Amino acid sequence: MGLRTPLYDIHLKYHGKMVDFGGWDMPINYGSQIEEHHQVRNDVGMFDVSHMTIVELEGPRVREFLRYLLANNVDRLKDPGKALYSCMLNEQGGVIDDLIVYYMNESWFRMVVNASTREKDLTWIRKQGAAYSIKVTKRDDLAMIAVQGPNARARVHQVLGAKAMGLDGIGIFFMRELGDMAIARTGYTGEDGYEIMLPSAQAAAFWEQLVAVGVKPAGLGARDTLRLEAGMNLYGSDMDETTTPLESGLTWTVAWEPLDRNFIGRKMLEKQKAEGVKRRLIGLVLEGKGVLRNHQKVLLNGLEAGEITSGSFSPTLNVAIAFARVTGDAGAQCRVDMRGKPTEARVVKPPFVRNGKSCL
Amino acid sequence: MSDIPNDLRYTKTHEWIKQNSDGTLTIGISDHAQGLLGDLVFIDVPEVGDTLSEGDDCAVVESVKAASDVYAPVDGEVVAANEKLADSPEIINKDPYGDGWIFKIKPEDPGAFEELMDAEAYSAIIEDEEH
Repeated sequence: MGLRTPLYDIHLKYHGKMVDFGGWDMPINYGSQIEEHHQVRNDVGMFDVSHMTIVELEGPRVREFLRYLLANNVDRLKDPGKALYSCMLNEQGGVIDDLIVYYMNESWFRMVVNASTREKDLTWIRKQGAAYSIKVTKRDDLAMIAVQGPNARARVHQVLGAKAMGLDGIGIFFMRELGDMAIARTGYTGEDGYEIMLPSAQAAAFWEQLVAVGVKPAGLGARDTLRLEAGMNLYGSDMDETTTPLESGLTWTVAWEPLDRNFIGRKMLEKQKAEGVKRRLIGLVLEGKGVLRNHQKVLLNGLEAGEITSGSFSPTLNVAIAFARVTGDAGAQCRVDMRGKPTEARVVKPPFVRNGKSCL
Repeated sequence: MSDIPNDLRYTKTHEWIKQNSDGTLTIGISDHAQGLLGDLVFIDVPEVGDTLSEGDDCAVVESVKAASDVYAPVDGEVVAANEKLADSPEIINKDPYGDGWIFKIKPEDPGAFEELMDAEAYSAIIEDEEH
């Protein structure tokens, strides 16, 4: 038996097909992964993301600490509630994890990190934070529900009733505290919506209230195809400790300025940038039949140049899409070794889909 | 628990086989197999006229999750293929034993059907897999 979120019984009630996901028993779908995908793109769906790790960082030097810990710069966070996506690197510039950090106040930031990396992340943060006297607290008492889709915010407001006024004017990538809930306008689908952190004991009742206003449960299967279409990386597949952000399509998350900000991994990233980045993450759209899969080999001019890091079928575009890491100039076209058959694929710049529309 | 009709025969690789009145056999994948694969997105059917030997990989069913070969259950010649699957692969998820059939074969040996595994034996195999 794996770890269970506070919504485990709810998943069984809604016929979730439970699978092991990094040690957690999670629903891969509730019937049809593709219907759940379309539900989110066209209307609204919700995901249990309580397996993700919420960490509080507290202390008078917390901002200074995060300036050192993260490759993106928390000095971009000026307004309370504002969120920032960043990589946390090791000294070699490899990605320990990707995360979202929220600015609560000058002595308190909140981080959401991945489930599969929980222990190593906490160990690393505590080790690096010791010199800054940072208090690190894992919030196992909170559940997290992501409500995503063009109608997500309206449905959440409906459930919140009068309390929804507290969300008036909330900007993209901002969080607001609403009683004992924290509601952030963030997500992992390429659609508008909220990620809602709330006390575990309230999670099941809140889920049922969302169901009652027409929000449909969606599983990890749909979450994966939605994030891939949206051009969002998955830790462990698209990047890990052996790859840098520059090799993972995440250069935009590295804050080089100000030049005197020393962050962990900076030296190696600067060295790599100066020498030229040899491997890059690219987007692929298959031109033949079939589905692109993780670890299929990518061929440039007939020679193996890398492999697919995330491959799947795009339900929105009705074609197979992928991220691949390749050495050398991919140009506009490549081939993928699909079960022994070299198949043509077009090289594109992700995202593939944003706000329900094709970007191709 | 998946559906395993009594009037069909099965293979260890999860194909089902139905005997038609004209002596041909219709082949598809079992309810158990479609459930394991999840939403199907591409089906490659064999060409009419192909000659197959038992165990040949002759079709591919691909879901969001995985690709799986479909094997010829007996020797014979392909006499029909379900062309609707190209545009609507989800038919197999919805109706694996009916509209979701994949191809028809004219068996070399008219008695081949009787040699295949019955529903009871197939149920036992699935139960083993699930435990």
